[in-house]
Amino acid sequence: MTAFQHVEAGTYYVTEMPEPDDFEFWRERARALVQCEVPPDRIAWIEPGGSGDLFAHGERRSPMPEEGARPVRANRRFVSLAKNAILHSDPDRFALLYRLLWRLQSSPRIMEDKADPDVRRIEELDKNVRRDSHKMHAFVRFRLIEEESEDGEPREHYVAWFEPEHHILRANAGFFMRRFANMHWSILTPQGSLHWDTETMREGPPAERSDAPGGDPMEDLWRSYYASIFNPARLKIGAMLKEMPRKYWKNMPEAALIPELVAGAQKRESTMVEAGTLEFEERPETLAAIDRAIHACRKCPIGELDNEAVMGEGPRDAALMIVGEQPGDQEDQAGKPFVGPAGQLLNQHLERAGIDRGAAYVTNTVKHFKYVQRGKRRLHQSPGAKEIDTCRWWIESERAIVQPKLVLAMGASAARGMLGKTVSISKARGAPIPLEDGSELWITAHPSYLLRLDGAAREEQARLFDADLAAVRERLEELQA
Amino acid sequence: MASQTILQKLEILADAAKYDASCASSGTAKKNSLGSAKGIGSTEGMGICHAYAPDGRCISLLKILLTNHCVFDCHYCVNRKSSNVARARFTPQEVVDLTLAFYRRNYIEGLFLSSGIVKNSNHTMEQIVEVARILREEHDFRGYIHLKTIPEADAEIVHQAGLYADRVSINVELPTDAGLTRLAPDKDARQIEGAMGNVRSDLAEAKDAKKRFRHAPRFAPAGQSTQMIVGADAATDADIVGKASRLYDNFRLRRVYYSAFSPIPDASAVLPLKRPPLIREHRLYQSDWLMRFYGYKPTEVMQATEADGNLPLDIDPKLAWALKFRDSFPVDVNRATKEQLLRVPGLGVKAVHKILASRRHRTLRLDDVARLTLSITKVRPFICTVDWRPVMLTDRADLRSLLAPRTEQLELFAA
Repeated sequence: MTAFQHVEAGTYYVTEMPEPDDFEFWRERARALVQCEVPPDRIAWIEPGGSGDLFAHGERRSPMPEEGARPVRANRRFVSLAKNAILHSDPDRFALLYRLLWRLQSSPRIMEDKADPDVRRIEELDKNVRRDSHKMHAFVRFRLIEEESEDGEPREHYVAWFEPEHHILRANAGFFMRRFANMHWSILTPQGSLHWDTETMREGPPAERSDAPGGDPMEDLWRSYYASIFNPARLKIGAMLKEMPRKYWKNMPEAALIPELVAGAQKRESTMVEAGTLEFEERPETLAAIDRAIHACRKCPIGELDNEAVMGEGPRDAALMIVGEQPGDQEDQAGKPFVGPAGQLLNQHLERAGIDRGAAYVTNTVKHFKYVQRGKRRLHQSPGAKEIDTCRWWIESERAIVQPKLVLAMGASAARGMLGKTVSISKARGAPIPLEDGSELWITAHPSYLLRLDGAAREEQARLFDADLAAVRERLEELQA
Repeated sequence: MASQTILQKLEILADAAKYDASCASSGTAKKNSLGSAKGIGSTEGMGICHAYAPDGRCISLLKILLTNHCVFDCHYCVNRKSSNVARARFTPQEVVDLTLAFYRRNYIEGLFLSSGIVKNSNHTMEQIVEVARILREEHDFRGYIHLKTIPEADAEIVHQAGLYADRVSINVELPTDAGLTRLAPDKDARQIEGAMGNVRSDLAEAKDAKKRFRHAPRFAPAGQSTQMIVGADAATDADIVGKASRLYDNFRLRRVYYSAFSPIPDASAVLPLKRPPLIREHRLYQSDWLMRFYGYKPTEVMQATEADGNLPLDIDPKLAWALKFRDSFPVDVNRATKEQLLRVPGLGVKAVHKILASRRHRTLRLDDVARLTLSITKVRPFICTVDWRPVMLTDRADLRSLLAPRTEQLELFAA
């Protein structure tokens, strides 16, 4: 018999759903139909407001199962999927659910057969609905309006406009109730609305976008957060679109920023990289190459001053490397390290300790002289941490070539240049610090520090300096033995 | 300095937090505000991403720093002392107000608070804890709180943080101790691991107490996590995977986050010039999944690396492993164990479960498997079904080039 013939015979049933998400109603009807053994192809399920005209002559009353009819079997997996899948906007969902319920009577384990087309379809519907619900939890944006309560007191009311794809509004009331229990809130959608007053949930009629407020002062802050937390160096538009499809954008205040953030990302990244990275070439392979390169170096402001780079001096294979802070006025003019007053003092102490300066490689942490002009004089200024870190490239290049067994860093700048961090001289001096390449670092004061002291303090510091140098000489002898 | 507005501070302190990779808000205890007098918020186990930025990362929590002033001088960090970035500082109350205002509008799941170190570690940690305290105690906030703790702070203050927070994290920063010494000279690997160990024992203690006393205080129900920076030092993927697995074992971490070193404004000279390819970070996350959900041992992931110790970038680590151990394939989908199926490139955990469930009802053919997986092309060379045997394929020398995605010129302005 064709469907038409069934209609004629009064054995074709039409079920109009009162609500698109009314699972209980569907369940009652479906149970009766199964018990009366009405096969799926003799039932039409019609959405509320859907066109039932085609089946105008179908039987609209549910058939009455006979007394003692076989109970309907449905396992838990089916029921939990069906409850969710019925919220889908696909008009065929009721029929699909009935077809599965019908088949469950003869094959009770059909839900486990993941390759079955009906099972796959119901799982797909369930997945779409769960995704839409999840997006609703995520993308609803409340806007605050101040209103008067029944007793005339001002009251905060949070109102959102949302456009779900499926009939999920009612099913998700609980989530918002549990989260915003002590807020007055409303969610308006084209399919209906929800209103919570901290105690009861009220359902309202479908709404229009114009019923919801148009903005909220917090949105400026939120947008600025959204723009700031975005890292332009990691643009991944596909990943964003996969999780936040365009259809949701129109009701999310931050989404309006996306085009300009994307358009500006390339530029922001390159600005960041330009401002950030220092383009060093490959490490120079000879000391002469370093000498040439430091003369051209303008990685920090010191290089821009009117000065000349001062290269280290000494044997290429020296066992001892002595590192100072930076060239001073005289060093800058002579183009040699440690020729000024501090250099002369250093020479005296080295001699007293029995260290041959000529056998050591003597150099500076920072390669250019930093100063401020006062009249005709150029006054020494200590380099900043950033400048020292920038110049580390060169001192490391020198060390890579000379490969000293022992490095003596004099003063805080030299210590930072070797270690990358600021250390206290008084705590660090007098004991070796192992370096990555297997050599040893010893730290002591800078001779110019001694020059600034007088009397007893100077004697005390000179004694400590001598002690450090003596220890270095002893250790050097051990290392070379 | 003229006083900054909240908006200006937010811009600076959110910008400073954008290099942190972790964002999850999942895996915590369920709680909601129904029936409480003034409480707000809920957590339902699963975290929610409330928005996605154009970098593809989800925005789930308000992720900001309390301040980006810092006495430390870590080279990879934009907030290090010697960096020349704009500085700002929130008061705890300002962070609380911002969190609640955003939360009430459903922009976020909660707060992820970190900070530069001001004055000293204890002072900073106390400020961080104070934010959480006000949220929990004064506003009865029941949303998600993730606090970044400072390893140098006293264990007692860090413990307080765990009592308010859903999750605490301590960054290991760099995969090797040598890298840490060079790039984060003020940090100490032993101190960091010591702090993680303390949190681990606090977690164990709280779990134990919960068994015996119903009202025992909760301690970081979402556990602890960590983050390491990838590509700023010479550590190979094998080093990183090894480090991550030791951390998982030793400290029962929930997650290890990998953050590709990213160019930062005002970078230090010791940093590499180029950022690592972002795909490297992705491959590390994939290997992390293999260990956590697919039963791979760390040594097996390391077997998937190439001669230089790094995972191949053009194919995923699971495929890389399969290509090296071809004698483990093909796998018979109708007979193989779950463990064997999980090794098949292209079969995810869900697909494996579907196969196991379906094959109780029918003998699977290639078409059936195709219906249960996303793409059969990738799977085909590694399985056999009643109507399919790929014997020739697994022996082909050019199998890798057949399976590796064609490299495409990346679109510059895709939208």
